[in-house]
Amino acid sequence: MLKIEDLHVSVDRTPILKGINLSIDAGQVHAIMGPNGSGKSTLAYVLAGRDGYEVTKGRVLYKGKDLLEMAPELRAAEGVFLGFQYPVAIPGVSNMYFLKAALNAIRKHRGQEPLDAIDFMKLSKEKAALVQLPDELTKRAVNEGFSGGEKKRNEIFQMAMLEPTLAVLDETDSGLDIDALKVVAEGVNALRGPDRAMLVITHYQRLLDYIEPDRVHVLAGGRILRSGDKTLAKELEQKGYGWLTEAEAA
Amino acid sequence: MSAATEQIDDLLQRRYGAGFITDIEQEYAPPGLSEEIVAFISTKKQEPEWLLQWRLKAYRRWLEMKEPTWAKVSYPKIDYQDICYYAAPKSKDDAPKSLDEVDPELLATYEKLGIPLHEREILAGVAVDAVFDSVSVATTFREKLSEFGVIFMSFSEAVQNHPDLIKKYLGSVVPVSDNFFAALNSAVFSDGSFVYIPKGVRCPMELSTYFRINAAKTGQFERTLIVADEGSHVSYLEGCTAPMRDENQLHAAVVELIAHKDAQIKYSTVQNWYPGDENGKGGIFNFVTKRGLCEGERSKISWTQVETGSAITWKYPSCILKGDHSIGEFYSVALSNHHQQADTGTKMIHLGKHTKSTIISKGISAGHGQQTYRGGVKFSRGATNARNYTQCDSLLIGDKCGAHTVPYVDVRNSSSKLEHEATTSRIGDDQLFYCRQRGLSEEEAVSLIVNGFAKQVLKELPMEFAVEAQKLLGVSLEGAVG
Repeated sequence: MLKIEDLHVSVDRTPILKGINLSIDAGQVHAIMGPNGSGKSTLAYVLAGRDGYEVTKGRVLYKGKDLLEMAPELRAAEGVFLGFQYPVAIPGVSNMYFLKAALNAIRKHRGQEPLDAIDFMKLSKEKAALVQLPDELTKRAVNEGFSGGEKKRNEIFQMAMLEPTLAVLDETDSGLDIDALKVVAEGVNALRGPDRAMLVITHYQRLLDYIEPDRVHVLAGGRILRSGDKTLAKELEQKGYGWLTEAEAA
Repeated sequence: MSAATEQIDDLLQRRYGAGFITDIEQEYAPPGLSEEIVAFISTKKQEPEWLLQWRLKAYRRWLEMKEPTWAKVSYPKIDYQDICYYAAPKSKDDAPKSLDEVDPELLATYEKLGIPLHEREILAGVAVDAVFDSVSVATTFREKLSEFGVIFMSFSEAVQNHPDLIKKYLGSVVPVSDNFFAALNSAVFSDGSFVYIPKGVRCPMELSTYFRINAAKTGQFERTLIVADEGSHVSYLEGCTAPMRDENQLHAAVVELIAHKDAQIKYSTVQNWYPGDENGKGGIFNFVTKRGLCEGERSKISWTQVETGSAITWKYPSCILKGDHSIGEFYSVALSNHHQQADTGTKMIHLGKHTKSTIISKGISAGHGQQTYRGGVKFSRGATNARNYTQCDSLLIGDKCGAHTVPYVDVRNSSSKLEHEATTSRIGDDQLFYCRQRGLSEEEAVSLIVNGFAKQVLKELPMEFAVEAQKLLGVSLEGAVG
């Protein structure tokens, strides 16, 4: 599904990612953990195609195609979804209107007919229930006046609507209380499937109690220092990141 | 320039879609302005003597007046002697009596603009008065309206058929000496629309006028007069386009609205005059005086405008709130792309007690566009317990445009309340990226964000025109949001 090979990325000429290798198969959930400033969000943005991130070396293959060559909207149409750490507000544009425009743009790319209003409403009701998103929020302007937890739930709701094949969730757990965290995790788990790969980026092990990853990678200083199964996350919780970064330095 | 700015710039380079020239025979007055020309126009229109004298009075006042310079717009000096003050499509008969008699070329022009008169007539139920250069071409739906006693016709016809009404109301809200451009219009106006809604009648359909400047080096000076008698309601929409030409063209219109006791007038404008090319060459100079008088108690006048065209826009649709408990509203979206300059806003003049006004202004600047909101709110001594709410928001697209806000407040009593809110924002890279990550193209994203910004105003437009205005905002922004 996704194959990252020796990826080097700079921001304002400062190297942030220094040779990432990562391979995710369809049906898998991988977690990336790491201390602040390790390059986790940079990796998420590069995969989604944000401006300002210069790839200096390496390549990324998505379903066998060169992902880095594609415009952000093309990546989205091809099934790449980024759950934002800080979703932005778009005043005056209703959540539903926005999502319908997005969904139909993606459907068009897939050669599907646009969904009409009735089918769209039906689908959105079903998916909103998945993340317990109140009806009222679906009608408000995109992320405007949403609490932190509401924004994150809205991200998962959008993911459920757009049905991506590769979902990158950037610190979806940050700013969530334990109840909201469970709701978000349940939403994510409901979307796990044999055709879908997920990359869950998190700072804390907590989220991984609810979303059980197939693989865990520790990212620090722009490199993946260690990969393992879910027990690696537990180990990190007990020992912190220090023992890995120190081991690296030694 | 950041990559995002470049992309936005690309978007803003979209083409003007209404810029075709219609090839039909025109009848012109020679260029220049004099008492002879004023008399020529009056004679062409077979006007009564009093109207000729009214025009001449305006012309003489105009000679003594100076072109205003206070607006934040700059443009080359206008040579008023190089402009044609009268141009009319030459028709075989005197005037078309029905749509069937209208020059097919002309009808095709409206087709291209997306306003097929026949179709509007049948499908939309909109009565349209189309003004082509100086002459009103066809007024649809007249018969149906006359059943309700509603008068909707070209200004010239109204002068012939309803001289008493014209004489009573013409210049009663915008006097001939009001300002330089209003005086010019009063001297040389050639046509426009007249609407009269009798007592207690709710006009059964939207009334609509489309203006189009076609002839080169021609000014358009239309005059609109709408009178809503006691307890009546009317909703009126005007749309405007012009072909693409290298030289600038002058448009100086006057609109007067009178709302009697308990009457309501809703006046909506979708203005898409040719804005000039991306280098600022050509385009319409749009100097317009629009004013409504809330004459009677509990009357209401509501202006809604979507201004996407013109090289220069100088326009302040205003309300004089004379009747107690009368209401004035102004909802505006103005967009300046490329080298467009807009200095627009409103004046709310509170005279009566318990009068209320609302001003919602949304300015969008892109490319090298300059956008000024200029608004005045006056509470006179007698306007006790009057209220005003003003909100002006500016949206900037790119880093070469400008937004300016110039509010004037004049309060002469202590019981009135005024609120003013203003914001300036920029379409952020983060907003664009968020939309694109969800699958929308950059163009769709900009259009979505701008329409969200303007929504508060767009929802005030009659339904079908709101859709048109939304599209127009998208098109006008191609290549200009920053």
